[in-house]
Amino acid sequence: MSNQGDEDNKGHPQDAGVYSNAQAIGEGDFSLTRRELIKAGAATAATAAVSAKATAAFAGETPVTPAPEILPLRLKVNGEVRQLAVDTRTTLLDALRENLQLTGTKKGCDHGQCGACTVIVDGRRINACLTLAVMHQDAEVTTIEGLGTPDNLHPMQAAFVKHDGYQCGYCTPGQICSSVAVLKEIEAGIPSHVTLDLVSPPQMTADEIRERMSGNICRCGAYSNILAAIEEVAGGKKS
Amino acid sequence: MKAFTYERAATPADAAASAKQHPGAKFIAGGTNLLDLMKLEIETPVHLIDVNGLALDKIEPTAEGGLRIGALVRNTDLAADERVRRDYAVLSRALLAGASGQLRNRATTAGNLLQRTRCPYFYDTNQPCNKRLPGSGCAALGGYSRQLAVVGASDACIATHPSDMAVAMRLLDAVVETVNPDGSERHIPVADFYRAPGNTPHLETVLAPGEFITAVTLPPPLGGTHIYRKVRDRASYAFALVSVAAVVQPDGTGRVALGGVAHKPWRMEEADAQLVHGAQAVYDRLFADAQPTPENEFKLTLAKRTLASVLTEARA
Repeated sequence: MSNQGDEDNKGHPQDAGVYSNAQAIGEGDFSLTRRELIKAGAATAATAAVSAKATAAFAGETPVTPAPEILPLRLKVNGEVRQLAVDTRTTLLDALRENLQLTGTKKGCDHGQCGACTVIVDGRRINACLTLAVMHQDAEVTTIEGLGTPDNLHPMQAAFVKHDGYQCGYCTPGQICSSVAVLKEIEAGIPSHVTLDLVSPPQMTADEIRERMSGNICRCGAYSNILAAIEEVAGGKKS
Repeated sequence: MKAFTYERAATPADAAASAKQHPGAKFIAGGTNLLDLMKLEIETPVHLIDVNGLALDKIEPTAEGGLRIGALVRNTDLAADERVRRDYAVLSRALLAGASGQLRNRATTAGNLLQRTRCPYFYDTNQPCNKRLPGSGCAALGGYSRQLAVVGASDACIATHPSDMAVAMRLLDAVVETVNPDGSERHIPVADFYRAPGNTPHLETVLAPGEFITAVTLPPPLGGTHIYRKVRDRASYAFALVSVAAVVQPDGTGRVALGGVAHKPWRMEEADAQLVHGAQAVYDRLFADAQPTPENEFKLTLAKRTLASVLTEARA
């Protein structure tokens, strides 16, 4: 075990620094003042920063992380122009949820794997978690709140209710935004992985809908009901 | 996510020049891979140059009869382009086999070429990884390597390149066009674009610091039958275990490139020359120097069978 520990210290000098600070806090007196605690914390942070600097220099990159930058941003969300001031690190998802309190759009994985954050930006569905808000100056964003209201449901929302296209409901706003966009993509002639003939327009089939919805995960497994809901709206469009 | 400063570039040359002025800067277009990595602090740019406003979103015919694809053309638009669907179907198919509809709507042509490996040890900052932290070692070599490279790798790195699109681009002899911070331009065949991992797996392409991709050009159409076959753990929205891109002519000649097996799209012109002799001959040439791990040895069998299946389909 100790051998393993030695190796760890050699491999990760920054960890050694953290441990020594922790030790300094622990030794003798537990009644540290808040100021002393902050000092110790700052020393830890400084050690980590130095390590990061050494690492970055090795990779040939600049080490200095700048202070957070706040920028003004104008978005048109659900038809309404909104002025914001956002940290450049703010994703579109966090801008919607935290800055604009539009919490209908959900944060699932936050890494573009689950589709819970799907919104429609300038007519296209995207993962709001994998794009920065500042990259969307003057963009038109439609969230689940902009598709319909409880008193006036969008046809896709009504179809999800009718077909029980959910269980817990957490993925549902993303599923519905995605569904609405999927039908438009098929209508626009955009092919998919399952489109057999690339040179003809894709057909509105269950296979096409399933493939195109693969970026929206439903952990409750309501897929067959989700498909039924989308097919109903698609059928209505065809006639 | 670490803090960064942010600017919107006005021209490609400005973007390249700004990258040189800001060591540690990154270009951001779709952001679908970069932001994922920034959240995990695997990528820690101190400055982001947003290139989305640049007019590089057109697909135009070239004088030679090919297509010039702007760096910012989204994967959805490239896959849906009528000319691409008709004349470069293997490219459409490869794009449509990758990611999800939401991601393809954002991901760009240049960004797709530059996406990073999905090796689990590259993503796990608690593990050594020579690509993420040069000199720290490779946890994948003795670890979970099922998804990783079987050929072209090194003792320092067995990561695979994750792109489907790049496999088709390599097959089609696409050329990457760039602009440098000094304003000079360069044309780099995709064949020469990716570096072998060797002892420096953190250096993935031949791009110089600040060098900015403006377009990818395709030579005139090849004709023939176009196939992209992707074998993965589920039917949609997963990275390839093995993929085969092929263009086969009526006389049985043609070309193949494989994804999911190496640090870059895996194609050899000498292997293409074996196409008339069948899948085994092509496979023997492509994988003569294969060095699989016990966990990913199955990829060799899978590659051989997928090649055979694709060639059978092409000749049917």
